[in-house]
Amino acid sequence: MLAYTIRRILLMVPTLLGVAILVFLMLRLMPGDIVETMLREGGGNVPAHVIEQERVRLGLDKPIHIQFISWFGGILQGDFGASMWTGKPVLHEIGSRLELSLQIALMATFLAVLIALPLGTLAAIFKNTIVDHVIRVISIAGLAIPSFWLGMVIILLLLTFYGWIPPLTFTSFFEDPWRNLSQLIWPAMAVGYRYSAVATRMARSSILEVMQEDYIRTARAKGVYERLVVARHGMRNALLPVITVIGLEFAFLIGGLVVTEQVFNLNGIGRLFVQATTRGDYTMIQGLVLLVAVTFIMVNFLIDMLYAALDPRIRYK
Amino acid sequence: MTDTTTDTVPAVTYKVRKARHPILGFVLQQPLGAMGLLVIIIMMLCGLFAEVVAPYDPLQIDYMAILQAPSADHWMGTDDFGRDILSRVIYGARTALAVGFIASLAGCSIGAIIGMVSAYFGGWVDTIIQRLMDVLLSFPIIVLALAIVAILGKNVVGGIDINLIIAIGLPIIPKVARVIRSSALAIRELPYIDAARAAGFSHKRIVMRHILPNVTAPFLIMLTAYVAQAILLEASLSFLGLGVTEPTPAWGLMLSGSAAQYYQEAPWMIIFPGIAISLAVFAFNLFGDALRDWLDPKVRM
Amino acid sequence: MIRSRFAVGAGFVGAALLTTALAAPALAEEPRHGGILNFAVGAEPPNYDCHANTSFAFTHPVRPHYNTLLRFVPDNYPEVEGDLAESWEVSEDGLTYTFHLREGVEFHDGSPFTSEDVRATYDRLRDPPDGVVSIRQASYSDIEAIETPDDHTVIFKLSGPNAAMLANFASPWDCIYSAEKLAEDPNFPRQNILGTGPFVFEEHAAGSHWIGKRNENYWDPERPYLDGYRAVFISGAPMVNALSAGEVLAEFRGHSPADADRIMQQLGDDGVRQEGPWACLLSVALNVEKPPFDDVRVRQALSLAIDRWGGAEALSRIALVRDVGGILRPGYDYAASNEELESLPGFGRDVEANRAEARRLLEEAGYSDLSFTFTNRNVPMPYTPVGVFLIDQWRQIGVTVEHEQLETRLYTDKLLGDELEAGLDYACDFMDEPSIQLIKYISADKSAINYTGSIDETLDRLYEEQSRELDVEKRKELIRKFEKHLLTQAYQFPTIWWHRIIVHHDKLKNWHITPSHYLNVDLADVWLAE
Repeated sequence: MLAYTIRRILLMVPTLLGVAILVFLMLRLMPGDIVETMLREGGGNVPAHVIEQERVRLGLDKPIHIQFISWFGGILQGDFGASMWTGKPVLHEIGSRLELSLQIALMATFLAVLIALPLGTLAAIFKNTIVDHVIRVISIAGLAIPSFWLGMVIILLLLTFYGWIPPLTFTSFFEDPWRNLSQLIWPAMAVGYRYSAVATRMARSSILEVMQEDYIRTARAKGVYERLVVARHGMRNALLPVITVIGLEFAFLIGGLVVTEQVFNLNGIGRLFVQATTRGDYTMIQGLVLLVAVTFIMVNFLIDMLYAALDPRIRYK
Repeated sequence: MTDTTTDTVPAVTYKVRKARHPILGFVLQQPLGAMGLLVIIIMMLCGLFAEVVAPYDPLQIDYMAILQAPSADHWMGTDDFGRDILSRVIYGARTALAVGFIASLAGCSIGAIIGMVSAYFGGWVDTIIQRLMDVLLSFPIIVLALAIVAILGKNVVGGIDINLIIAIGLPIIPKVARVIRSSALAIRELPYIDAARAAGFSHKRIVMRHILPNVTAPFLIMLTAYVAQAILLEASLSFLGLGVTEPTPAWGLMLSGSAAQYYQEAPWMIIFPGIAISLAVFAFNLFGDALRDWLDPKVRM
Repeated sequence: MIRSRFAVGAGFVGAALLTTALAAPALAEEPRHGGILNFAVGAEPPNYDCHANTSFAFTHPVRPHYNTLLRFVPDNYPEVEGDLAESWEVSEDGLTYTFHLREGVEFHDGSPFTSEDVRATYDRLRDPPDGVVSIRQASYSDIEAIETPDDHTVIFKLSGPNAAMLANFASPWDCIYSAEKLAEDPNFPRQNILGTGPFVFEEHAAGSHWIGKRNENYWDPERPYLDGYRAVFISGAPMVNALSAGEVLAEFRGHSPADADRIMQQLGDDGVRQEGPWACLLSVALNVEKPPFDDVRVRQALSLAIDRWGGAEALSRIALVRDVGGILRPGYDYAASNEELESLPGFGRDVEANRAEARRLLEEAGYSDLSFTFTNRNVPMPYTPVGVFLIDQWRQIGVTVEHEQLETRLYTDKLLGDELEAGLDYACDFMDEPSIQLIKYISADKSAINYTGSIDETLDRLYEEQSRELDVEKRKELIRKFEKHLLTQAYQFPTIWWHRIIVHHDKLKNWHITPSHYLNVDLADVWLAE
């Protein structure tokens, strides 16, 4: 197990390095940079030497490999650099917005699990019946409806029927739980629907698969009541793939948050990301992309470890 | 498994009666999938014959008729330029399907080739390819797409932006490559491939004759599923202003910009394009799902 | 009552606010002290340095912390009054400006304000040390020397007469900084706020809001009237919602007509609408170094194709543009009158005649099936509607245009580069001043914002002459010549001027609209009704 763990950790290094290089190169290949946004946005007559001077201040005049080494060197020491826009540390900027996004992500996950397990189980038990079809339609709809559109429709409905508008600023859960939840439940639903759809489908198919296994058949043959079979034996083993898919989707929730936070006027990671991209805030984009990549890779790693712990065959492969 | 009935003892599976016409068989066994297929066909017809189907020119600006609610003249109302939303939704089908199909086909084909190469050669080739795929996989799709659109700019050929296709197709590659790789790996271990190799057949021949046919089913399934994803991604990119630009009719674009501004006083501006996106993606998913059950229930997406 | 709302946060109280009864406003109301003003700002500033910023996202939250030497009178633009200067004299030859400063003014840290602070500030503006950005540096190049004979007198010596100089001293960007802090660190204002202004900096929550509270030691014992303000960073539909519900009382940039109508409808009697021409213009820039735009006939045809009068009326219903004008803001003293405009190419009222002429010109030039890419900024309002409008106009003379909308950064890069064919350029200045607005049109080697690549000595000469001309009538004449020459050459030509509409809650009093959203934002004079 130890050897396997070490091998998996070592495999993470090239992936992370690859992500870092790729995002760095991509940003530098794009025409235009943050100085354009910062100084030229107002449309005024800004002298060329002022622009050049700002580039020098931000280190954008140096050769790409030098820029990369100084940035990546910082990362290795835990320093993600300063945002080119505000001049404040990237981690500080991300940190001040993390709570909100994390909370939506967790709420969406919670919703997804809450919906997916019972629906997936039902669909599996009543495979190919009307129940299965209805659940299939519901979950495929979840995959089909864009979360930003769902968000707009939710706002439209709330506004029309309750006169509700998204609050101006974020209230932390620890300050006022009720206000906080009433603000975040809607975006969590908009993101969570798709999420639950993915999980429902996975739950259905993995429960079906487990039900084909010999020990379930044995249980059934022994005359154990069908529902009990599923609950006792099926669920536990079917959970693993469901956890996997939930974990992987969690790492990518930021994609859904990018647009949803815009629609719901939320000051989270997603909005920060959109702002950083429109401004061309390289250090910020790099920091955020690395953050997402690390989350994704870590989730992957944890899942692999979980599998390996449960199934010794994997370790020796 | 396709033919298992709903009775509680699915122990015995037996082969489908092959005598039935395959299309009829599909319709009978997969009613939901058939419905999806029907919607897809209708959308394709709308897209192909948009000039005939659409009541107005989608680019026709009419400042006398801005932001009109749905009526007999404009079934889905008009937008802030007085353009007919129904016509724009119909023409939008053309954009969505063209971009969706081409991006998915390109992404899946390249992914499949990479997956097969990776599986067939194994060793360090496999290791390097897999690490590269990992990098692409752990990259947020939006960043990838944004960067590609920004670096490459616009490159319109025949009314379709090639660079947008690349931006949408690229994230598909690693996902397809993974699935195809594992399918191909399973086959590679089989004795007859060894036999073929021992007989001195070329790599090309082994891959083409023995491996390719065996990965066709998962390929087709993924192709359909990723058309849905590509349509959704195109809509998201256009929504963020990175995809198709005004005045081209495209569903995602119809939800962004001024629509985001006006949707509370003119909800029809977002309702109909949103339904169009959802319906298209829904139909492809439904069909793709059914296709999977029908062709090869073991493929995991 | 505002205070209490502030304390509980701004969640679900919208409906209650709408029903707040208001006494009918008397003609000259007595300003009331107290209250916190909540207002919306559509974007956020990158740093806190007045001299290095260009956006309303900066002025709206940050300017209340500062004073300038002069300022535009809030309710009587473009008249200028003293801010930190109590009075001033200009010598007969226009070369010496003497300012007498207010006494007893303190910075927020309690240190006294003196003439040395003014000198340090203007030295930083006209000749910034390394690493300091002074965006409007060029406006001060005529200043030869700054003298401080005593603590409360500053004398500016100019190298030549400059028609724009007095307005420059009222520029909203020229916050007066503390000389002492600048000496310690020339970039001190970048991350710190220390001014003499009516409000003291309290908090900036990144991405969320900005708070200022009343400066109790302000040099005017009467002002400011507010206890403080909170600028909330929101935009788009959420901002419109917040305004409609009275959660924020104003947004000081401007609304699209549809948004303004909706907010007014929601606010009912509690809404106040102010509007007027905006010192912002979208114009078409053609890359004259590239065929076919090197041919003046093609350029003229593209300008002639635009139905400005009809388009202004149609577009004003969906976009924040409305007024037809030349190179200066309609309504400004130096701008062309409607009669003068109509004699300029592309401004005639007979659209069909213009278009026939345009088609003829294209044919004559050999480009009857012209097609090109039009680069636009990816900002929905008003860039997209104006872009779509132009493409439709050109379609009507048989020109095919591919629309390309890019993020600001990529867009400016494209405008600056050689790849540009045609683009929608913008100018949004902080005041009406020919010497500022006309820079866009002088030769590309002299102007950083002329993206057409045009080189035209006539325009350069006329520009120089008008900038030195202190006589109003003579200056007007020079400007008319400039305008006519430019629009005939049509390297770049105006589309339709922006139109600023501000809808605010009736509780906000004594705020007056100006042609620039950079002006009148120090909040020193506004107050809140009960």
